Amino acid sequence: MRGIAKSFLGVRVLSGVNLEVAAGEVHAVVGENGAGKSTLMKILAGVHSPDEGSVEIDGVSVSFAHPVEAQRAGVAIIYQEFNLLPERSVAENVFLGREPVRRGLVDRTAMETDTTRLLKELGETSFVSHDLVRHLSIAQQQVVEILKALSQDARIIVMDEPTAALAEHEVELLYRLVARLRERGIAVLYISHRLREVFDLAERVTVLKDGALVRTADTADITSDELVRLMVGRDLGTYFPPRGTETGEVRLSVRGGGNAVLDGIDLQVSEGEILGVAGLQGSGRTELAKAIFGAEPFTRGTMSPLRPRSVRQAVAAGIGLVNEDRKAEGLALRQSVRDNALLVSRSVRRGGRTDIRELLESVRLQPPRPEQEVRYLSGGNQQKVVLAKWITVAPKVLIFDEPTRGVDVGAKAAIHDLMRGLAKDGMAIMMISSELPELIGMSDRIIVMRDGRIAGVLPAGPSEETVMHLAAGEVTP
Amino acid sequence: MTERTLTSFSLRRKVTGSTLIIYLALIGVLLIGWVLVAVDGGNFLTLETVVGIQQRSAALGIVAVGQTLAILVGSLDLSVAYLISLTSLVAAEIMAGQDSGILPAVAAVIAVSALIGLVNGLVITRLHVHAFIATLGVALIIKGVVDHLYDGPSGSVPESFQRLGYDRLGPVPVSALLWAAVAVAAWFLLRRTRLGYRIYAVGGDEEVARLSGVRTGRIIVATHVLCSICAGIAGLLLAGRLGAGAPTVGTDGGYDLESIAAVVLGGTALAGGKGGVPGTVGGVLLLAVLDSVFNQLEVNAFFKDVVRGVVIVAAVAVYARRTVRRRSR
Repeated sequence: MRGIAKSFLGVRVLSGVNLEVAAGEVHAVVGENGAGKSTLMKILAGVHSPDEGSVEIDGVSVSFAHPVEAQRAGVAIIYQEFNLLPERSVAENVFLGREPVRRGLVDRTAMETDTTRLLKELGETSFVSHDLVRHLSIAQQQVVEILKALSQDARIIVMDEPTAALAEHEVELLYRLVARLRERGIAVLYISHRLREVFDLAERVTVLKDGALVRTADTADITSDELVRLMVGRDLGTYFPPRGTETGEVRLSVRGGGNAVLDGIDLQVSEGEILGVAGLQGSGRTELAKAIFGAEPFTRGTMSPLRPRSVRQAVAAGIGLVNEDRKAEGLALRQSVRDNALLVSRSVRRGGRTDIRELLESVRLQPPRPEQEVRYLSGGNQQKVVLAKWITVAPKVLIFDEPTRGVDVGAKAAIHDLMRGLAKDGMAIMMISSELPELIGMSDRIIVMRDGRIAGVLPAGPSEETVMHLAAGEVTP
Repeated sequence: MTERTLTSFSLRRKVTGSTLIIYLALIGVLLIGWVLVAVDGGNFLTLETVVGIQQRSAALGIVAVGQTLAILVGSLDLSVAYLISLTSLVAAEIMAGQDSGILPAVAAVIAVSALIGLVNGLVITRLHVHAFIATLGVALIIKGVVDHLYDGPSGSVPESFQRLGYDRLGPVPVSALLWAAVAVAAWFLLRRTRLGYRIYAVGGDEEVARLSGVRTGRIIVATHVLCSICAGIAGLLLAGRLGAGAPTVGTDGGYDLESIAAVVLGGTALAGGKGGVPGTVGGVLLLAVLDSVFNQLEVNAFFKDVVRGVVIVAAVAVYARRTVRRRSR
């Protein structure tokens, strides 16, 4: 890709960007949200066409008017939000739009055998070609996306934040998949916020900032600090805000809590404390949050200040939850920042007045435009709106489920600061995260979930290995 | 190994949960009806009632098969009732009592309905009008034209064509065979053709389909053409039964909302992408059996509607529960 430029409605989002990737190479593309990564990839995938510049594949200049043309030229893109039909089978999804035909009819046998062959080549045995996609885990669905790309004979595969929704052990599987793709001579463009993955997987890395190319470098020649500096354009210094020193009285305690998924939950969170919750996907982390929040309540055990039977009770008792999936459960995307930020306070309090400007400033929403529809905000800003929503009612306990998923480095640091600030002001905070460095950097204590139970409690600053061993249920060496 | 996988594949897919439920419900209603009528001193499963059920369901069944396609693609069609009236008139006027008029009339009906379907589809895809409003608007346009031109039955259908409405082979009326043919054709289309696969894809998630290279607009238009043609075939059938065309035959039968009710009763998701023809056939039969039971018991017509309403809402609530439970796992 050479000299790519693109503007939307007069706003320049890309200018003079060059990018090349060789067969069998994994090339990482990093940059903050809004740096133009996605736009660049969408140009490659034929979703947008560039205003300036050219795209060449194997030395032949191409221009795509439609994603399908890009697919035919061997470019496949795997979006963060999967393009799969939950109600159709794996094979039907893999061949969507390209169903093989024999004598005018869809050749189902060919679809099934081809999909099965690809599954075997990838060494994937946890599901079969006729399973409905709805029944698959997120990691498995990602494999389906990769199958889809392979069945199109893709030679260039773009992966947009492939690990954003994966738990740690699933990331390992993804690494293996990417290695297989590389062996097949496929060029992989790997977009990620997680620098560790960049160094683990990629041979080269390209940094974008504000729509322009900052640098392309071999990963061997660059350190992660340098990379962060290039992305953000400033030194982030210590990545995490310093821990608090004082914890006050216990704000939340659960004794022997359980429901259909959870069992024997004992925990306490105090004023000023950030309690980290680790665990693999499916370990009951999110369910724990939902139980405390009254969305899928505990049916056994005791909890103080009270064991909520509904969300409304929990909110009234001063418990808030920043959901894992902010788009589906945290925000009304088509409504304004104001409406979203005031949602909780309107439903709980009567006649309470909040200064919206002050509120938006307190969560450092930039720019603080209350009338904007939240769907136009970046991931980081959306998360700040969710946070604002809770701050209005000043909860005593605030639970964060994956607070920085899909959020860029700058906004991530801002959210971490905000969380620490809330704790300092006396809030008790629980934080669920799949990202171990974040969890370890932020938490004052960490509980590790496994199979719906608490597998262990760790003091501040454990090693990643310790947490993983507990989470995976292996004996610590 | 492959062999086994494939059989289990087709079996699993043939009888999905919702379809099974609707047929179990159908059997249940037949049994209850049989008992009730027997208690009442009648005989439920006579040749007469069986034929009656089939005849009653044939026209609705054909419309509902078309409606199934429209709903699966994520759309719906409120213009079918007026289109049925219009096509019954077109058929009867062109036939004008002559056998020689049958072929041109059938051709004209297909052409008119295809055209209406095309308009529906284009308004939805090109003008980006929601299907509800688009087809409601087209329905009103057809109504205006028909009401302006006719104020009562018109045209005449020759004897030979009326046999479509009343003849039967043994216990099976010709009209039911026609319905079965339409249903099998649609089922085959959905299961074995690319168009069918793409109808599911577009209804499941239009953006996903588009990004997979499906020309979603064309699929929606094609589906609406097929849906309207089904309504046209129902118009032909009703013209055959009446011996003439009638400007109110479609709306009197309530074919618009009733066809949608039959489709959702059969387990097809109103949002599209999930369901199919077998469920719809079950839904139509269930409504017809209910009708038949109430007729034999000579129940008040208003009470009949109350029960139908309850059945439809209850069925959809059952499907919703199943989806919720599955999702929460």
